[in-house]
Amino acid sequence: MLRINCPVCGTRDETEFTYGGDATVVRPAMDETRAQLWLDYVFNRDNPRGPHTEYWHHVQGCRQWLVMERNTLTHEVGECHLAKEAC
Amino acid sequence: MSHYSALSVFLNALKGNQNWQRAWRDPAPKPKYDVVIVGGGGHGLATAYYLAKEHGIRNIAVIEKGWLGGGNTGRNTTIVRSNYMMPGNTMFYERSMKLWENLSQDLNYNVMISQRGQYNLCHSPAQMDAARRRGNIMRANGIDADLFDRAEVKRRLPYLDYSATARFPIHGAIFQSRAGTARHDAVAWGYARGADRLGVDIIQQCEVTGYIWDKGKITGVQTTKGEIRAGKVGLAVAGHTGHLADMAGLRLPIETHALQAYVTEPLKPMVDPVISFGAAHFYISQSDKGGLVLGGDLDGYNSYAQRGGLPIVEHTLASAKALMPSLSRLKLLRHWAGVMDMSMDGSPFITKTSVDGLYLNGGWCYGGFKATPAAGWCFAWTIAKDEPHPDNAEFTLNRFERGYQIDEKGVGPKPNAH
Amino acid sequence: MAGQRLKQGGRIDRRKTLNVRFDGRKLQAHPGDTLASALIASGEMIVARGFKYHRARGVYAAGSEDPNALVHLRTGARHEPNARATTTQVFDGLESFAQNSWPDVRFDASAGIGLLSPFLSAGFYYKTFIGPFKGTRYWMFCESFIRKAAGMGRAVKINDPDNYDKLNAFCDLLVVGGGASGLSAALTAGRAGADVILVDQDFEPGGSLLSQPVGEASDDWLEDVLLELKSLTNVRILTRTTAFGAYDEDVYGLIENVSDHLLAPENDQPRQRYWLVRSKQAVLATGAIERPLVFANNDLPGVMLAGAVQTYVNRFGVLPGQRIVLSSNNNSAAQVALHLARAGADVTLCDARPTLPAELSDPLLAAGVTLLTGKLVIKAIGRRKVNAALIVPVDAAGRATGAAQKVTCDVIGLSGGWSPVVHLWSQRFKKPVFDDNSGSFIPAELGRETVKCAGRMVAAQTLADRIASGVTAAQAALADLSLDAVDTSVPAAPALPFDTGWADDILPVWSVTDAKGKTLGKAFVDIQHDVKLTDIDQAHREGYVSVEHLKRYTTSGMATDQGKTSNIIALARMAELSGKTIPQTGTTTFRPPYTPVAIGALVGHEHGLHFTATRYSPIHDWHLAQGAKMTEAGAWMRPWYYPDGSETLSEAYRREAAHVRQHVGIVDVSTLGKIAVQGPDAAEFLNRVYINGWKSLKSGRLRYGVMLREDGYVMDDGATACLGENDYFMSTTTANAARVLAFAEHLLQTAWKDMKVHVTTVTDQWAAFAVAGPKARDLLQSVVSGADLSREAMPNNHFVNAVINGIPVRIHRMSYSGELAYEVYVASGYAQQVWNALHAAGTPFNLKPYGTEAMGALRIEKGHVAGPEIEGRTTLNDLGLNGFASSKKPFVGSVLRGREVLTEASRPTLVGLELGSAQGAKSGSLIYAKGVAAKGHGEGWVSSTTWSPALGKYIALALVQSGKSRTGEEVQVVNHLENQTLSAKIVSSHFYDPAGERQNA
Repeated sequence: MLRINCPVCGTRDETEFTYGGDATVVRPAMDETRAQLWLDYVFNRDNPRGPHTEYWHHVQGCRQWLVMERNTLTHEVGECHLAKEAC
Repeated sequence: MSHYSALSVFLNALKGNQNWQRAWRDPAPKPKYDVVIVGGGGHGLATAYYLAKEHGIRNIAVIEKGWLGGGNTGRNTTIVRSNYMMPGNTMFYERSMKLWENLSQDLNYNVMISQRGQYNLCHSPAQMDAARRRGNIMRANGIDADLFDRAEVKRRLPYLDYSATARFPIHGAIFQSRAGTARHDAVAWGYARGADRLGVDIIQQCEVTGYIWDKGKITGVQTTKGEIRAGKVGLAVAGHTGHLADMAGLRLPIETHALQAYVTEPLKPMVDPVISFGAAHFYISQSDKGGLVLGGDLDGYNSYAQRGGLPIVEHTLASAKALMPSLSRLKLLRHWAGVMDMSMDGSPFITKTSVDGLYLNGGWCYGGFKATPAAGWCFAWTIAKDEPHPDNAEFTLNRFERGYQIDEKGVGPKPNAH
Repeated sequence: MAGQRLKQGGRIDRRKTLNVRFDGRKLQAHPGDTLASALIASGEMIVARGFKYHRARGVYAAGSEDPNALVHLRTGARHEPNARATTTQVFDGLESFAQNSWPDVRFDASAGIGLLSPFLSAGFYYKTFIGPFKGTRYWMFCESFIRKAAGMGRAVKINDPDNYDKLNAFCDLLVVGGGASGLSAALTAGRAGADVILVDQDFEPGGSLLSQPVGEASDDWLEDVLLELKSLTNVRILTRTTAFGAYDEDVYGLIENVSDHLLAPENDQPRQRYWLVRSKQAVLATGAIERPLVFANNDLPGVMLAGAVQTYVNRFGVLPGQRIVLSSNNNSAAQVALHLARAGADVTLCDARPTLPAELSDPLLAAGVTLLTGKLVIKAIGRRKVNAALIVPVDAAGRATGAAQKVTCDVIGLSGGWSPVVHLWSQRFKKPVFDDNSGSFIPAELGRETVKCAGRMVAAQTLADRIASGVTAAQAALADLSLDAVDTSVPAAPALPFDTGWADDILPVWSVTDAKGKTLGKAFVDIQHDVKLTDIDQAHREGYVSVEHLKRYTTSGMATDQGKTSNIIALARMAELSGKTIPQTGTTTFRPPYTPVAIGALVGHEHGLHFTATRYSPIHDWHLAQGAKMTEAGAWMRPWYYPDGSETLSEAYRREAAHVRQHVGIVDVSTLGKIAVQGPDAAEFLNRVYINGWKSLKSGRLRYGVMLREDGYVMDDGATACLGENDYFMSTTTANAARVLAFAEHLLQTAWKDMKVHVTTVTDQWAAFAVAGPKARDLLQSVVSGADLSREAMPNNHFVNAVINGIPVRIHRMSYSGELAYEVYVASGYAQQVWNALHAAGTPFNLKPYGTEAMGALRIEKGHVAGPEIEGRTTLNDLGLNGFASSKKPFVGSVLRGREVLTEASRPTLVGLELGSAQGAKSGSLIYAKGVAAKGHGEGWVSSTTWSPALGKYIALALVQSGKSRTGEEVQVVNHLENQTLSAKIVSSHFYDPAGERQNA
């Protein structure tokens, strides 16, 4: 079981969170009309073996979206910060 | 190579089982093949088998970094069914079912395909309606399906929870009688032996480390056993598709996730068919050895680790007890995980890629095992003819660009929800 | 002679005799016994039958590694199959039964199947039953017999009467294993003040020390250490507790057997308790399991592990036989021989090594032990139990080098070295490495950041070494915890005779064969699964040489013991055949659980109605009191219909829906998702997430909105009210409430970080009731104060704040039913009072409640889409909602909804169907043009159906290819599954009052 260090609530079990996938994809600006950029954002992923930067949503806690480093090969959890705070 | 039969078993037994031959050779790689298939799981081996059998291409190598059948082929819950409703899926999976039905004879290897039927339980009127739509599409496409009400389900499966304390009462079920299970390892071994007998080189303990390029075209692979040139390279590497595609410069609509499976101690027969719970992602069957085989949800986050965590174990077992309260005192023997290519619409890819010489079979989500024969058959077709068969015509990489999402669940581009 | 109880010795209480039965026969059992020791003491030699050949099997080991003694425990609802006799603590009234045998385990009718064993060799299933016939029938016919023969225990289909607890625990240090090294680690850490949990699977802590004779010096050590540990309030000692799994982030799963040693749980205690432990540090001190040697008939009752024989003698006061032959390749059997001789047995020790050092051999000879060096047992002789051992001189590979001698005996004890229990370590990290010195697999890297290993688990040999390694591991953990080890002088290790360990001079022999490498009969590697040495050989011959292939092809190591005693033997044999070393050959992956775990234990309380949380409306109890039939809507329970007397669903919803159109009805819509959208950018936020425009919405107004997913398909719809500047109240469908909120939060926190908007769920804070029907206004006006609900003052899509019976409410004018309708929002805590007030005021207007089925009928009559239409694969255009989409602004999904396939003209679009028949169509039926064969995916499908009380006919909503242009066309509606083919006319989906006069009244 993952233990996630929520910057607001402290370290909590994975079961309080939902997973939000790759956090390195960037949502195009609202007025972006080039479909390829939207396709990349919505569908395409790097899907790395190893370090992964990913979103977690503390749905049963502070309701904050977090950005966490985690290794997809070992599940080792790294740094975690609020998504809304630029890193 | 010896032909397998009751007689051969008898005659060998009389000689102390000393004369059995290798089920497949252990060859050194040749410098060049017409086709190199990367991945010695069920899909890769089936592809090689059908390339040789159906398309007359015999100069083939299957390259496996570990041991054949050691990936998801040997880690799944062995369920075989063809109850798919979306155009693009329905006939593909039915082709697979038809191939399954004669696979043991075709391969001269008993893959123990056992059509004990599969029930998908419904727990609300809305689920019954959705099941009716699916079942009608199956029937209209020549696939067997039945819709049962609560009373009929209770008559057939009296050991489920019909009590007033069932959190999600059973309203009915959709049933496919031709569905069932197969012996997963035997599928890999049977295809391996079958391909080997047709001249295919199966090269184990050989990892692909890169591609050989010639003017933007892939003309072979670099491996831990040296360079192997190939007219065409096909990928059938399950959870590692992203990694091998990345080496070819492709970014895919795939996330890799861990899916756990579970088996109990062996018991005398108690569950004959495959039963899928409708109130949570959970299914159960009983193996020929007697273990109850359980499956459930993904752990839910990207993983290549081939192991899962306790939250999903708890949830899966809770589903088991919710469905069949008498399971409570039975004991979980083992739980393990495989890594799945979860695609963005829950459906797979069998396709040429934008890289010349590179063909892709991947994105199978939960459904790779049941697809094995048709995936091999269609991938072989696509490689041999450089165009898809109608049954895999929609399993392309550009379907998202077109908007042709084959989304059986209707959950949208959320890989861990399919 | 069979086993018997010694007059003295052992850690049992001879003063008390317990009523314990096996197959109805009374056993001699005392407190402190396991079922296995009681079976041996009572002379029960045959306690089980093999999986495949039904050969007789006796107790083989003394711990959880035992492959043989699996029994049925208890009767009735508490029946448990596949229980291990070796770890079952006896209690008064324990009933046990042999399994996998008929009519009696001693005389099993299936035993003859062993004659067929040559034909049932490795992989025979794969080569036979293929049949000359096409299809699967022949195999399935054969399989039906195989399935009946397979399996071990028999399960009962009765609900479990017991409870299971789940406990979330935290600690500084988890110590797994209560033997010498684990106790030392716990004491060291305990003294330093660390919060320690010590777990041991046995019912008494002490580990292998309990297998020393009573009164040995180790007893004092154990007593001292336990006394001090129990005095430390920061140390929790859990016995009967198995750490079954080690998981990511230092989470461990434990199962505590709270009541399994009792007839039934007492004082409302659970049967078992599942501990989910998050520990900062762990010391794994899980010990080692003795390895057997493989030879012919090595499964005969009376063949046991040498250490197990020692345990039965010293701990349980049971001598398994009078004449005992030990067959060993290492020093550890010497102590066993000495203890057995002292207990009065006639002992012969065969040792594969040509000589034994004098410090071992002299005392043994003095104690009367017969020493046969350079020799091993090659065959156990006997029909139903061991009568004699055939002993041969052997070379270093275990091959016979000379003539055999026969030694009469009752028991053959085996020691082929020991396997450290690396399971937990390996589950968490990776495959262990082979240690040549001890001939065993051990953890690859010691001193891992949060996991330390100690004792036999790291092949520490002597008691002094094991105690020291426990202290060292604890010290390392304390250092990582930034706790100082205050006093590490755990009581000094006592001196034990022959405390040799197994590593020194071990001769790694695995099996004993004739000069040609053949066994002299059936020689089992995996005793539970009946996998023979020759099966391993055959797997090798056929190319199944990798460890995984070997395991799967032969099923070796896949039984309930998961190969605890057999995996290494199979591996060694394959290494030998392949001409490789053991580490080159590999090892299998260790998977949790370490020992099998009851499903109910991991489920805890989450079963029955508590399988998942249930959400209730604030007036749920009122619905029940009215006799409402409830239905699931996701996690919610909602009133489905309110039967009047014996009304059926069909009768009730027709009545309820008609009543709404004629009079006035009320429906509880509290389950709708409600989200407060607040902040200076709230309107802009709505403008982005909804397809329609929001900038112009004035305070006091409502607007219907539709949302798309990022990929351009429809996600949800609902109305949003502008409560004031920067303050909006969004409603979502019941099903999508959580999803919409999470999506909104995602957008605001990851993409639109500078927008000044807060979104907060207020679903639980507000109850909501829709009051609908021609009398709705009159009713509400009669009970409301402070608001003018007249047509002029309050048209559709307006809301007003008002008071009902002194309780503030907000009244939205919005119609889902198509009637004059309002939604009354009230704080949840006051919901029942307002609901009651409405009913009281409603009497003159004939107000009746209606359920979700009638609500569905009303919305279908109006052609409103709901869940069956917004099913994740439909577009705005499909659902006839394109008109709401703004062309002046981008919104979520606005680019990708323009993709080729989403805009094809031939897509199925929403239409109405009028059924000309006396039967309704069923949702999920397919639609075909007239005269076309009903094959393939069809031209569309029926999404929602109802009887329309207003129109007096069956109607339906459907999605039909090019639907809008086919109005008036007669089509087939085919329900293959229920043999129903109907004719229907395509009409507008707005069946009833398309001009909306009634809702605008």
